[in-house]
Amino acid sequence: MSKFTMTRRGLLKAGAASGVALAAPMSFVRGAYAQDFCNMPTGGSVTLGFNVPQSGPYADEGADELRAYQLATKHLNGEGDGGLLNTFSSKALKGNGILGKKVEFVTGDTQTKSDAARASAKRMIEKDGAIMITGGSSSGVAVAVQGLCQEMGVIFMAGLTHSNDTTGKDKRRYGFRHFFNAYQSGLALGPILAEELGKDRTAYHLTADYNWGWTQEESIKDATEGLGWQTANAVRTPLGAGDFSQYLTPVLNSGADVLILNHYGKDMVNSLTQAVQFGMREKQVNGKDFQIVVPLFSRLMAQGAGENIKGILGTTNWNWSLQDEGSKAFVKSFGQEYGFPPSQAAQTCYVQALLYADACERAGTFYPPEVIKALEGFEFDGMGNGATLYRGADHQCFKEVLVVKGNENPQSQFDLLEVVKIVPREQVTYDASIFGGDLGPADAKTC
Amino acid sequence: MDAILLQLLNGLDKGGAYALIALGLTLVFGTLGVVNFAHGALFMLGAFCAVTFNKLLGLEKVVVDETQTTAWGTALEIRTPYIESWFGEFGSFLLNYSVPVSIIVAIPVMLVIGIVMERGLIKHFYKRPHADQILVTFGLAIVLQEIIKHYFGANPIPQAAPAAVAGSADIGAWLGLGDGLVYPWWRLVYFGFSAAVIAAVFAFLQFTTYGMVVRAGMRDSETVGLLGINIQKRFTVVFGIAAVVAGLAGVMYTPILPPDYHMGMDFLVLSFVVVVVGGMGSLPGAVLAGFLLGVLQSFASMNAVMTIFPGINQIIIYLVAVVILLTMPRGLLGREGVMED
Repeated sequence: MSKFTMTRRGLLKAGAASGVALAAPMSFVRGAYAQDFCNMPTGGSVTLGFNVPQSGPYADEGADELRAYQLATKHLNGEGDGGLLNTFSSKALKGNGILGKKVEFVTGDTQTKSDAARASAKRMIEKDGAIMITGGSSSGVAVAVQGLCQEMGVIFMAGLTHSNDTTGKDKRRYGFRHFFNAYQSGLALGPILAEELGKDRTAYHLTADYNWGWTQEESIKDATEGLGWQTANAVRTPLGAGDFSQYLTPVLNSGADVLILNHYGKDMVNSLTQAVQFGMREKQVNGKDFQIVVPLFSRLMAQGAGENIKGILGTTNWNWSLQDEGSKAFVKSFGQEYGFPPSQAAQTCYVQALLYADACERAGTFYPPEVIKALEGFEFDGMGNGATLYRGADHQCFKEVLVVKGNENPQSQFDLLEVVKIVPREQVTYDASIFGGDLGPADAKTC
Repeated sequence: MDAILLQLLNGLDKGGAYALIALGLTLVFGTLGVVNFAHGALFMLGAFCAVTFNKLLGLEKVVVDETQTTAWGTALEIRTPYIESWFGEFGSFLLNYSVPVSIIVAIPVMLVIGIVMERGLIKHFYKRPHADQILVTFGLAIVLQEIIKHYFGANPIPQAAPAAVAGSADIGAWLGLGDGLVYPWWRLVYFGFSAAVIAAVFAFLQFTTYGMVVRAGMRDSETVGLLGINIQKRFTVVFGIAAVVAGLAGVMYTPILPPDYHMGMDFLVLSFVVVVVGGMGSLPGAVLAGFLLGVLQSFASMNAVMTIFPGINQIIIYLVAVVILLTMPRGLLGREGVMED
């Protein structure tokens, strides 16, 4: 018969061993704990929700986003040429779906209206079992859907949204933005404006009277006034004004020698076309050539402005003419599938879909708090925008920003923008605290 | 002074479009008693007549050049418009003048669309309440919009003015106000065009027998009917003419505003305000109110005005409508008895 004795050293050893034993299973089965999160995939497939504008003013942009998502789904499932899976610095994706589950998708129509976008996202989560929502072409929609996703515990990978608020005062733990923002446009564009147009300029802003327009105006004003430019006036124009003539004629007598159009989409097409018709491209003010600047350019929208965009400066998130391996691979895949090059909206959406899938693979689970952790602070490359960081503090991607100019000698109907400068990431990086906001909790939810 | 002159021109220009749309709306309302919410869609369809004509003229011969490739690895396609290879310089001229030339195409097309719309749908709603007429015509407008979006997409499609009138006119030099006061040529053309169309419609109603019968029918269709005249048939033609007027307004507006499927809706609401301010059923009232509201809207957007009354530019039209309806309940030139039963 043996006598059981416990020494102090033995007790400590036993305690440490049982601690390790208790902790070990958690690290092996972390995907299996907390089964009750919203839309936990149980079968052989996983459903993603693509919420894009299929009707309304941005329907063409939405159609391009959807094409990109369909292509991303194919590549994730191992079909096609693999696209950016071949150039992506993370090699977690194997072309066998996500965590071995086949990727399927459902779509919703945001109509570029916040309430419609929330309703379609809700439907995809509650009825269709979407584990992640992505897409959109408006900051109002992005902020609204991001709020919903935070409430429901479903990750939202934003599409095209440029307002500072998306990852600023309205940032959410469950929301992530790959697209750049108005503040970064200002940081990138400012020095180029000084280089190309000089430091002694007077600007006149026409600004779309809603959230995105205000943040863009503020950002560009900060940047240009920092260069020594003056601001003659900043006039708010109603969204969808159509005819901007009554706002353009005061510019002619204001003493301004630069017109900055803080407009997007149809408003940009109309205001730019009409500014050119009013002879602003040929005008001389203060002994200098009058200039027009469109801080946020989109190739799809530029098509609507036709000849008028030639020589106009602006910024963009990505352009198909880039020659890095990631951009070339994406243009090739998309072009061969659809017969024309992708837009910046398509690129950001495609990348967002891949980034989500990759984060699940790296986390080893679909459990949202773990996926969020995998995305926060993630450094990657090979997706067409150079070395990129998904900053944990605000869920904003930091990467190169393109300063572009309307192409004077286009070689094709798609060759509308010429890259003037690829502004390095360091130059467009800012302190996350300047916009305030609170990410909120990462707690998983049931739905 | 310069700023006031430019805003006056802007207002007249915009007023021209409002007046043309409101004129058609009033013609339809005055003859058939229908409040046609699809009238803005007719303006949009007119604009798309110009787009379609331009696309047809621009049909291209595609030659695949195997020696060159696109960025996505397919063979490069070299495109040249057929019309240029067939007709040489005349083809280039047609392409350059496609917007004004498309008027010739738009007139019969819009006439047919108007007549088909009236005979095929709207005539079934004459005896129904105004609310039903509004609902069915509004629904029709949405259907037409969606059809256009399906075929042409949602993005605006730019249409160039002919090169000769694409630039700006030096109106400062004309008026002895010094250099630098310029105004787009095409907007001046548009103002002249809208004045000409308005004059033609009034001349048709005033100086032709057909027009006289229509005017009599607008006053008392029952009596005209008792005289053995098929007034309904004439009213159908008037509906077609209203469609043509709206369509032509749309065709010529395309170089000013790149057309998209939604452009009719943007003008419709304002045009209804114009009709109400001018006086329901009054053609001169519609024209007068169109120009008046266009000019007021432009002046309200001047910086000096907006500094004193921020946001006035967005509400001026509705504010004026309220004031006029409070002081003159029938509108500027409204007749007694219209929509008062």
